[in-house]
Amino acid sequence: MAGNKVLIDFLNALALIGNFVLVPGIAYGSQLALGALGVTMVYAVLRFSNFAHGETMSFGAMVTILVTWVLQARGIGLGPLPTALLALPIGMLATIGLCVATDRLVYRYYREKKAVPVTYLIVSVGVLFFLSGLIRFIIGPKDQVFADGQRFIMKARAFKEMTGLDQGLAIKTSQGVTVISAIVIVALLFWFLNRTRTGKSMRAYSDNEDLALLSGINPERVVLITWIITGALAAIAGTLYGLDKGYKPFTYLGLVLPIFASAIVGGVGNPLGAIAGGFVIAFSELLVTFAYKRVVGYLTPGDWVPDGLVQLLSTDYKLAVSFFILVIVLLIKPTGIFSGKTL
Amino acid sequence: MTYLAGEGMCGGYGGVDILHQCSIGVDKGEVAVVVGPNGAGKSTAMKAVFGMLDLREGQVTMDGQDISHLKPEQRVQLGMGFVPQSANVFTSMTVEENLEMGAFIRRDDISETLSGVYELFPVLREKRNQLAGELSGGQRQQVAVGRALMTQPKVLMLDEPTAGVSPIVMDELFDRIIEVARTGIAILMVEQNARQALSIADRGYVLVQGRNRYTDTGAALLANVEVRKAFLGG
Amino acid sequence: MSRSANNALLFAAMAVLLMLVGAMQSWNVALAILNMCLISAIMTLGVNIQWGYAGLFNAGVMGFTALGGLAAIVVSVAPVPAAWDAGGARAILGLLAGLATIAGGIWLWKKLPVPRTARIWLTALLAVSGYGLMRLILDPAVDAIEAVEPAMTGFLGGFGLPIMFSWIVGGVFAAIVAWAIGKVALGLRSDYLAIATLGISEIIIYFLKNEDWLTRGVKNVNGLPRPVPYEIDLQGALWLHDLAAWAGIPVVDASSLIVKLNYAALFLVVLIAIFWLSERALKSPWGRMMRAIRDNEIAAGAMGKNVTGRHLQVFVLGSAVIGLAGAMLATLDGQFTPASYQPLRFTFLVWVMVIVGGSGNNLGSILGGFVIWFFWIEAEPIGLALMNFLTSGMALDSPLRLHLLENAAHTRLMTMGLVLLLVLRFSPRGLIPEVKR
Repeated sequence: MAGNKVLIDFLNALALIGNFVLVPGIAYGSQLALGALGVTMVYAVLRFSNFAHGETMSFGAMVTILVTWVLQARGIGLGPLPTALLALPIGMLATIGLCVATDRLVYRYYREKKAVPVTYLIVSVGVLFFLSGLIRFIIGPKDQVFADGQRFIMKARAFKEMTGLDQGLAIKTSQGVTVISAIVIVALLFWFLNRTRTGKSMRAYSDNEDLALLSGINPERVVLITWIITGALAAIAGTLYGLDKGYKPFTYLGLVLPIFASAIVGGVGNPLGAIAGGFVIAFSELLVTFAYKRVVGYLTPGDWVPDGLVQLLSTDYKLAVSFFILVIVLLIKPTGIFSGKTL
Repeated sequence: MTYLAGEGMCGGYGGVDILHQCSIGVDKGEVAVVVGPNGAGKSTAMKAVFGMLDLREGQVTMDGQDISHLKPEQRVQLGMGFVPQSANVFTSMTVEENLEMGAFIRRDDISETLSGVYELFPVLREKRNQLAGELSGGQRQQVAVGRALMTQPKVLMLDEPTAGVSPIVMDELFDRIIEVARTGIAILMVEQNARQALSIADRGYVLVQGRNRYTDTGAALLANVEVRKAFLGG
Repeated sequence: MSRSANNALLFAAMAVLLMLVGAMQSWNVALAILNMCLISAIMTLGVNIQWGYAGLFNAGVMGFTALGGLAAIVVSVAPVPAAWDAGGARAILGLLAGLATIAGGIWLWKKLPVPRTARIWLTALLAVSGYGLMRLILDPAVDAIEAVEPAMTGFLGGFGLPIMFSWIVGGVFAAIVAWAIGKVALGLRSDYLAIATLGISEIIIYFLKNEDWLTRGVKNVNGLPRPVPYEIDLQGALWLHDLAAWAGIPVVDASSLIVKLNYAALFLVVLIAIFWLSERALKSPWGRMMRAIRDNEIAAGAMGKNVTGRHLQVFVLGSAVIGLAGAMLATLDGQFTPASYQPLRFTFLVWVMVIVGGSGNNLGSILGGFVIWFFWIEAEPIGLALMNFLTSGMALDSPLRLHLLENAAHTRLMTMGLVLLLVLRFSPRGLIPEVKR
């Protein structure tokens, strides 16, 4: 009987960690990875940090939400899946349009003038301002609810009934959708970059611009495709994040830091790095701010439970975690895990 | 008539001219070598022929056509291949991807050309899936040359291909270059290792301060006492 | 037109704008705007020191400003004896433990002659255990302090010194943090500094919002002491009554105006001092060297100039000025509200000021501060008026009209963005371009 209890306690601890760390971490990590991919591609090809990427994600989500409302009003749905998925292609198109237009109207001028990277940064701040105003003007600054369909793939109660454990493990539909979308998109992106002529030409252009030009690679075409991919990624990431955590315009500015941290930690300019970085940051945030009290209780013999929360950092400091990891990486290995572009 | 010729070139990178009435050229199947002391303008002359430099005076012709006003990318389309001295491979891409990128402007099937390059440089076939950045200096140069050959150029221009490689690798590279020339491609080469380069040259140009000083066959230049004393260390 | 005449004209235009507001809206509003303009100008001067002298992009202005606000509390608020008794000493000890951990970690990292991997593990070990120790010491103290009358205080309070000291202390706080960040992030690519400063400023704000025992967190600290008289006190003075009667305005308004004018005078003195110091520095050999480095970093480095060291100096100085402005801001507000520190409002708006005013030029920074702040505030009434006009044709309760009116305020974000983009594109040197010396 005692052995059984140890096993059950262990499984309960696993369920706890699964519910509060693993499942949210995989979902959040996927969202960060998708966001970081957009940032890293712009960095790789256009060689600047696009501070406006958070607002671009917000824009993509906004358009998707507006279309979703139209669909919902007409009773068009997707069964258990969120209707937003139907609206997402339009959101993607709109965001791609936005990115390409911004490039033509704003960034291209600086490319022609061969401006220094810091200039692009300041310019992207201008774009950020404009977009955040535009978005709030169109949809308002408040919370917007647009998720529908079945809320849970696995409910906590169902899990408990299935396993007989005390701790429940819930998986939200939005989390499942996020993970599956992320896998599909990443697979597509990697196939594109590694197996197609165009994709390879983009990698070549990012690797060595002069040599790429010499090889006859058309720079404007590479830039255009980069913005198309980035715009699509931003719309998807923004919508998935909004489905999962609710849509509020001002949260997306706060995402800029974790996204950039993910990209840099993984190795900026390297798509694989963006993905790895996204998960590193997501899990670090969760692991460091998780209250281990009950897990410790389960893993220790008997019924003893620690007094305090056993929490490394309060949840309010989630952002600080991304930042500290970023600082550590900058100090030890600035090129990141996968050695992205050098400084 | 010389297949590729830059005649009477005058120009530089800004206000000051580096080249003064400089003329270099090469015929199909030939190896032409441009040598001279440091700062003589050898690389500049070749860059001018490739179009990376605006000529104040003079012209560049290929197969009788005046190509002086064409951009480098356009000259590549016409059949010019250029191997820069440094940063001449995509270090984050595999050898085979580098070669594929070399053939970017081609829309037809490149597999024959690819196997041709592998035959010429067997080491590359071995390492085809390795990142170019991980190769040794000599192997990288082979990738760089192979890359340029993928467009099936009629002229191949090399800017100091043996810079920084060991003597054995240098010999090997020169052997390969001769083989390439034998296939009918014109080779124009700027070299710092004058003695070895001239020994394989059908044509040699000695440039001093942007001007032609001596022009003759490679063998003749090697035998020339003055040239030997001034540039080849006696 | 000569440069000086051009500059004078621009500033005169600014003055006219302010007077228009005074005449058309109210003089109180005009003076309130003026005071904020003065503070914004100082903030912009600080950012410009970093940008104009060294080309550094500081995306964390918000955080440094907030540190100034923190200084305002720590210096001027009266200490809360009960809180100090409950856990003050222990809290200080905990903080010291934390600082010791950081110092120890740095020493270990730089000085210990062991191989790299070992160093990484040792430093990590030290960091984790030091942090744990700090929490052990600090947590009970924090709980005790916050338990002391949370509605009224619940924090340690300050030193009860005159608030104007906090202006200097604010600069010092900001300088310390800037030094730490600079050590890590300078010498890396400019983008990294931007992200690092963005990050540190977010953390500072989080810290200020959550460490109630120090700052009361989101409960805010109200009623900060003032360097100028209170309106109430003034209203009792006879000379004010006479003045109000002569000017034909109510006594309350008059008192308010006098208070604002007092602030304006103080701020103006500080502004002039900072400006004069900055100009002297710019024209000095140090300033010339800084600009030489900025214009050609590689050449300067090759000549043996310690580029990163100089950048650090500039970064610290500029941040100190920003911190100073932050303390002044808290003084003007009379309260410390962590939630009010928003990146758009501070960091990015100040950058618009720098760019529009004329990057690299101190006078331009002042003008930029004035112009942009003015339009940021006036954009709301103007935007609303415009929106009313545009929607005048619609039905009074049409949802579109209501939506447009409700969200009119956000057009000022769009306007600022457009202004920045347009200036960067068509007039990158700003209103008052840098003088080539």
